[in-house]
Amino acid sequence: MVSNELSWYFILLSALLVNNIVLIRFLALCSFFGVSNKVETAVGMGIAVMFVMVMACAMSWAIYNFLLVPYNLEFLRTAAFILSIASLVQLEELYIRKMLPALYKQMGIFLPLITTNCAILGAAFLSIDYRLNFINTIVYAVGVSGGYILAIVLFAGIRQRVALAPVPHYFKGYPIAFITASLMSLAFLGFSHLFGL
Amino acid sequence: MRAWEEFKKGIFKENPVLILVIGLCPALAVSSSANDGLGMGIASTFVLVMSSLVISILRKLIPSEIRIPIFIIIISTFVTIIDYTMQAYQPELYANLGVFVPLIVVNCLVLGRAEAYAYKNGAWLSFLDALGMGLGFAFTLTLLGTIREIFGNGTLTLFNIEMINFGEGFKSALIMIMPPGAFLTLGFLMALQKKITEK
Repeated sequence: MVSNELSWYFILLSALLVNNIVLIRFLALCSFFGVSNKVETAVGMGIAVMFVMVMACAMSWAIYNFLLVPYNLEFLRTAAFILSIASLVQLEELYIRKMLPALYKQMGIFLPLITTNCAILGAAFLSIDYRLNFINTIVYAVGVSGGYILAIVLFAGIRQRVALAPVPHYFKGYPIAFITASLMSLAFLGFSHLFGL
Repeated sequence: MRAWEEFKKGIFKENPVLILVIGLCPALAVSSSANDGLGMGIASTFVLVMSSLVISILRKLIPSEIRIPIFIIIISTFVTIIDYTMQAYQPELYANLGVFVPLIVVNCLVLGRAEAYAYKNGAWLSFLDALGMGLGFAFTLTLLGTIREIFGNGTLTLFNIEMINFGEGFKSALIMIMPPGAFLTLGFLMALQKKITEK
C-alpha cells in the first residue's frame, strides 16, 4: 500500500516493481499485448504513456481537490476525469505536432490510443484513493508509468525472440504471449514484500 | 433470424475476450474467484446494454464530429449508477472489485460496441448485440474465475452460495489465484478455443 507516510523513493519503488501496473495490477493490458511486437514501438508507446500519465494525474488531483471536494461533487469523478483526460490528450497532440515535430513523429500515432488506456485513469483513481498529496501523486505517476515502460519493453524483447521459436500450432500468437506474460508476472511477484512494501 | 444471429455472435463466435481480445484488464484482474468474475460481468453487461440502447436511440441527434465525448458521457453516467448501486447493496463484492468498477468506463468493449454497432443500428438490434456481447464477457469472466478458484483455492462460490469445497486436505496451487495464474489460464483457454474452432 502506498501512503503519504512513505518517503518518495519507496512510493517510486512500490509503483515501479512491487505493484507493477501491468503485471501485478492488470491495467493497460490492451496496449501491453497490442503494441509489443517490436521493441521500438514499445519504447514509443511507453514514453507517450509516461508523458500523458504524469500530466493527467496532476490535473486529476487538482480537479478532485479544488473543484469536486469543495462542492461535494465526488460522485462526478468518473465523468470529470475521463473527459479531462480525453481533452488533455487532444491538446497535447496539437501542441507536440506544432512545437516538437521530431517527437511527434515518434509517438504521434500512440497519442489517440492513450485516451482508452486504462492505466492513465487507473493511476488517477488510485492516487485519489490513496489520498496522496500533490508531490507524492507526481512521484507515484512517474513510478507507475516507469513500471509500464519496464514491463512493455521487456515483453517486446521476449516476443521478438518467441516469434522465431518453434511454438505448438494452437499456441501461436496470443496464447503464447499470455503464457510469456504469466512467467514475467511470476518474476515480478518475486519483488513482493520488498522492503516491507 | 438476423436478431438471433446478432445476439448469438457475442457469446462464442465473436467472444470479446477470447476472440476479439478486448476488455482484458477486468477479465484478468477480477477473475480470482468465480463470484467476483460474475459480479464484474453483470456490472459490465448493465453498462454495455444501457449505453448501447441510449446511443442507438440518440444516434440521429449526435453529430459525428463530437460523438466520442458524447459516448463517454453516456457511458460514464451508467458507470456512476452501477458504482454507487454496488457500493450500497453489495459492499463486499465492491471491495473485491475495487478500482475496476469505475474503470468500466474505459473498457474498450463498451466504447467499441458503441462506435462499431450502436451508432449505426436501431435500438432493438443494438440491444441484442450489447446483451450478447455482455453475456459472452460475463460467461468468460465466470469461466476464468471458476477455473482459477477451483485450482487455486479448492472452492467454488457462485451467487454467494458455496457449490464446491474440497476441504482442508486439498493441496491448492496458490499461484492460480495470484496474478500469473490469470495470464496462464487465459493463454490455455485461448489455445483451447483455437483448437475447437479450427476442427
